[in-house]
Amino acid sequence: MKEEIIIAGFGGQGVLSMGKILAYSGVMQDMEVSWMPSYGPEMRGGTANVTVILSDEKISSPILHEFDTAIILNQQSLDKFEPQVKPGGMLIYDGNGITKHPSRKDISIYRIDATEEAAKMRSSKTFNMIVLGGYLKVKPVVEIENVIKGLKKSLPDRHHHLIPINQKAIERGMGIVQTVQELVQA
Amino acid sequence: MRELKLMKGNEAIAQAAIRCGADGYFGYPITPQSEIMETLMAEAPWDTTGMVVLQAESEIASINMVYGGAGCGKKVMTSSSSPGISLMQEGLTYLAGSELPCVVVNVVRGGPGLGTIQPAQSDYFQAVKGGGHGDYKLITLAPASVQEMADFVEIAFDLAFKYRNPAMILSDGVIGQMMEKVELAEQKPRWTMEYIEKNHTWATTGKKKGQERRVITSVQLESSVQEEFNFKLQAKYREIEKNEVLYEKIMCDDAEYLFVAYGSSARICQKAIEIARSKGIKAGMLRPITLYPFPIQQLQELAKQVKGMLSVEMSAGQMVEDVRLAVNGKVPVEHYGRFGGTIHSPNEVVEALEQKLIGG
Repeated sequence: MKEEIIIAGFGGQGVLSMGKILAYSGVMQDMEVSWMPSYGPEMRGGTANVTVILSDEKISSPILHEFDTAIILNQQSLDKFEPQVKPGGMLIYDGNGITKHPSRKDISIYRIDATEEAAKMRSSKTFNMIVLGGYLKVKPVVEIENVIKGLKKSLPDRHHHLIPINQKAIERGMGIVQTVQELVQA
Repeated sequence: MRELKLMKGNEAIAQAAIRCGADGYFGYPITPQSEIMETLMAEAPWDTTGMVVLQAESEIASINMVYGGAGCGKKVMTSSSSPGISLMQEGLTYLAGSELPCVVVNVVRGGPGLGTIQPAQSDYFQAVKGGGHGDYKLITLAPASVQEMADFVEIAFDLAFKYRNPAMILSDGVIGQMMEKVELAEQKPRWTMEYIEKNHTWATTGKKKGQERRVITSVQLESSVQEEFNFKLQAKYREIEKNEVLYEKIMCDDAEYLFVAYGSSARICQKAIEIARSKGIKAGMLRPITLYPFPIQQLQELAKQVKGMLSVEMSAGQMVEDVRLAVNGKVPVEHYGRFGGTIHSPNEVVEALEQKLIGG
């Protein structure tokens, strides 16, 4: 198994930490992992993205220009990364603020209204975990039990009391993800 | 097996420095390597091993603090990124000229000038040809993974002390910023004063009664003496070239075309090999792990086997000159690479191989 993922959005949406939790989940599942961020501007409020690779085998390049999965959290990132999804791959996006929706016919597309759901849950910081839940529902690359272990590893001890709410957000994401278009697996 | 951690290359450098028993780190922040000092400050090793961590007022101050620490026989290091490393060149040539050991980490970013904070490999010449004045060399190690970032700190210190010469870890923004699994070494104790006095008989540890005066200097105004010293240095470099070459061969057994790449470019080339082989092109790679000393002999051997070599570097073409010198016209040697902070894709590398060497 090898899954090459780009996660992209605005700085502050939890793009890098979502990638880190996913990568740590992979470590907990004895996989090889790499996490390569766009660095610099994201700390200053620009666009942020991170490439995460989960694999059963040693990972060659941590830098990629095409992906199995794109997890997209804003319009700029959608415009940039939709063309970089491999044919037959998948794209999952948050519909908030999107005016030009994905249009490719050769990939599977899913939508998750996580911004809206996070507002309903009155917990905007769990936004990224809702998205992660949606992605894992469609593609269960790591087991939820390992995601929780990954959360424990990547959060400092003082934040461990937040694990249950994050777990709830992941479950909520699994419940609300919608299929826009699904390719029939050959 | 010890616990596997997920961390950035820069964090791994810091953790490894503490664990190998380093005595001091002196640095000044610059992207993309600031996590090295940030991690050291957060770990506060002065409370545990006694290691000193100090943010100096500049890169020039940092390298001169290293000069002082090294003169006392201590395991000291600094780190920076390209523009900061340029500022350290005077200190580096003085360290080499005084035969002092130290470790310098360069997490390379795009240049010239202040350039960009994005990754590059355009400081190759500066690292391996000696960026300061005079005939000297830096032992140069090029890690290609987070694990190697951790492992090479101790290797670099060992080589630096074995040859009494500065050693550089030449990394880049990709390897510094990416996270991978890493297994850290066990904590080693720092050297005691007794150990240093017994083993580093050149170190200025304070003159004892009856002991001969030890002088650490790089100045020798008598030309004949300076030439003698240079002969001694050159003999040392020949020893290093004979004994310390490190490299990795990947898919070379049946290779008809060879990538030569180090650091993050070597990772990208590994993917390029997969792509090339799926197209029926028998590609392999020689990855120099030490850039100085350079794996000249290994390239000469491979030149008997392959039809051409492509030096892949995030620069306008620097290491390619050393590959050409090694191969000496035996097979065509071309360069490919994006630069100025842009990273080549594995597909672009394969296309370059096809266009420049195979003639597609």
